Amino acid sequence: MKGNGTTSQIRLVWKYFKRNRLAVGGLTILIAIFFVAGTAPLLAPYDPGKTEVSLKLKPPSLKHFLGTDQLGRDVFSRMLYGSRISLSVGFVAVGISIFIGILVGAIAGYYGRWVDSLLMRLVDVMFCFPTFFLILTVVALLGPSIFNIMVVIGLTSWMGTARFVRAEFLSLRERDFVQAAKALGVNDRRIIFRHILPNALAPVFVSATLDVATAILVEAGLSFLGFGVQPPAPSWGNILTEGRTYIFDAWWLTVFPGLAILLTVLSFNLVGEGLRDSLDPRLRGRR
Amino acid sequence: MNLPLLEVRSLTTHFITEEGIVRAVENVSFEIYPGEILCLVGESGCGKSVTGLSILKLIPIPPGQIVRGEILFNGRDLLKLTEKEMERVRGNEISMIFQEPMTSLNPVFTIGDQIMEAIQLHQRLNKKGARKKAIEMLDRVKIPFPEKRIDSYPHQLSGGMRQRAMIAMALSCQPKLLIADEPTTALDVTIQAEVLRLLKEIQREMGMSVMLITHDLGVVSEVGDRVAVMYAGRMVEYGPAETLFHEMRHPYTKGLLESIPQLEEKRSRLNAIPGQVPDPMNLPEGCKFHPRCYLRIEECRKEEPPLFEVKEGHYSRCLRWRECR
Repeated sequence: MKGNGTTSQIRLVWKYFKRNRLAVGGLTILIAIFFVAGTAPLLAPYDPGKTEVSLKLKPPSLKHFLGTDQLGRDVFSRMLYGSRISLSVGFVAVGISIFIGILVGAIAGYYGRWVDSLLMRLVDVMFCFPTFFLILTVVALLGPSIFNIMVVIGLTSWMGTARFVRAEFLSLRERDFVQAAKALGVNDRRIIFRHILPNALAPVFVSATLDVATAILVEAGLSFLGFGVQPPAPSWGNILTEGRTYIFDAWWLTVFPGLAILLTVLSFNLVGEGLRDSLDPRLRGRR
Repeated sequence: MNLPLLEVRSLTTHFITEEGIVRAVENVSFEIYPGEILCLVGESGCGKSVTGLSILKLIPIPPGQIVRGEILFNGRDLLKLTEKEMERVRGNEISMIFQEPMTSLNPVFTIGDQIMEAIQLHQRLNKKGARKKAIEMLDRVKIPFPEKRIDSYPHQLSGGMRQRAMIAMALSCQPKLLIADEPTTALDVTIQAEVLRLLKEIQREMGMSVMLITHDLGVVSEVGDRVAVMYAGRMVEYGPAETLFHEMRHPYTKGLLESIPQLEEKRSRLNAIPGQVPDPMNLPEGCKFHPRCYLRIEECRKEEPPLFEVKEGHYSRCLRWRECR
């Protein structure tokens, strides 16, 4: 099956995206972070779990770029490995949330009527939960693990996607090409997923990018509260937590993971906004 | 003549809205024979498009509803088929093309992708075979450089080209019947003639039947074999095109024909039918055309006239058809 979107369309979007310097900056940082996460075992100077009590709480130096923690583990190596966890939580969670969001939104928007009312009320109900506490409860019941966290974040964050996929479908289903496809004998499922969905994907990409940032933040928050990734596995959130005790004596334990989270989330947001502006002709050239 | 390919009997389609029932198509019957072009003519809102959509069961239900009638295609009642069976009819045995070639093609796929999809939906062909067939179809609708054009996106083509691509798509499975809903209305005049000629040509080559929905009597005179004139959801006159143009027996048909500007005439004003199309939710009693009719008599108000047989194959729904000429 030939791909979605046109090559010329992609080129056009890139043209406008390029003009947005902040977004390009964000993209560069993201690529760097991906690279680091991908090659962590090669880049890390030390084993992230190896303790060396004699070297505990050493400030940044040439031997330990970002210093060592209370157990003498190399913070730089731990941060590198932590990036893998943060990013995979972000992507898997958003993957799940987008999958559910598209499915719910597409079905609600395409079929309309009672199907729509039912699904949208479900969305409203889901929106009513204070998500973070819901996640805390679930993790408390099922036990904290990376897998649980990904799934729970995914299951509680699909509503926004569902809403705007529905909105796109509501307008797209009235378009002539949908009727033309029906007249050719195309069935509903194929119309929804092959004919309408590719036309509705642009805003999904944008929100997915922004959602990754949120998911990373949620994971960091959970880990910070001790409900997230469990030590000794390193994640930016739990490095931050462990460093909290020593915040006045060893600033490097909290500043660097904090910066990493900030930078990643900021980059995702910048890229997401850049994408949104370049995908929407009305927003093009405002900058 | 031989057996009809399509027989529509007392088709009645309503739309149930909050404001009331819109009787879009009421008791419409006609048949289409193999290899002929039947034109469905009428003003906007007279129910001609709804008739076309009803045949393929593409009416949105609700609010739409096919209240009664039979649509016999090769003797099979389409209204009794399940949705699954209908999907096999659509695009395969009966195809439809629409007014707006600009929006009837999916903007994110190449026209080749879309034609190939139509082919692969109904025929056991692999991708390569389907592509070959698609190129063949594009060539057939006279798109230049079909091997190159097949990979074009709709926005890279002109309106006329797009309508040709639509026709190629609709005809790719050699349907026996093509329903063309104002296929040339959105095109400019020179392109209109070309597309029309193309349709006629392909229709002849393939021996298929066409139901052409149009409001343009010029189009009818050019390609129509038989004509059905619709007004307010009813068929008011029905007969061979030749006859209708020269011996119309319904004041509405007459009005329509007289409203075509003639080159030789030295009149400054266009002849128009007085009055307006009635509100479909609030149709007049009796003959639906009587408020605008110059031949109306008291009877017209009371009861809706039946279809009178003027002569074999020519019908008029007018009490005074004898006086109308």
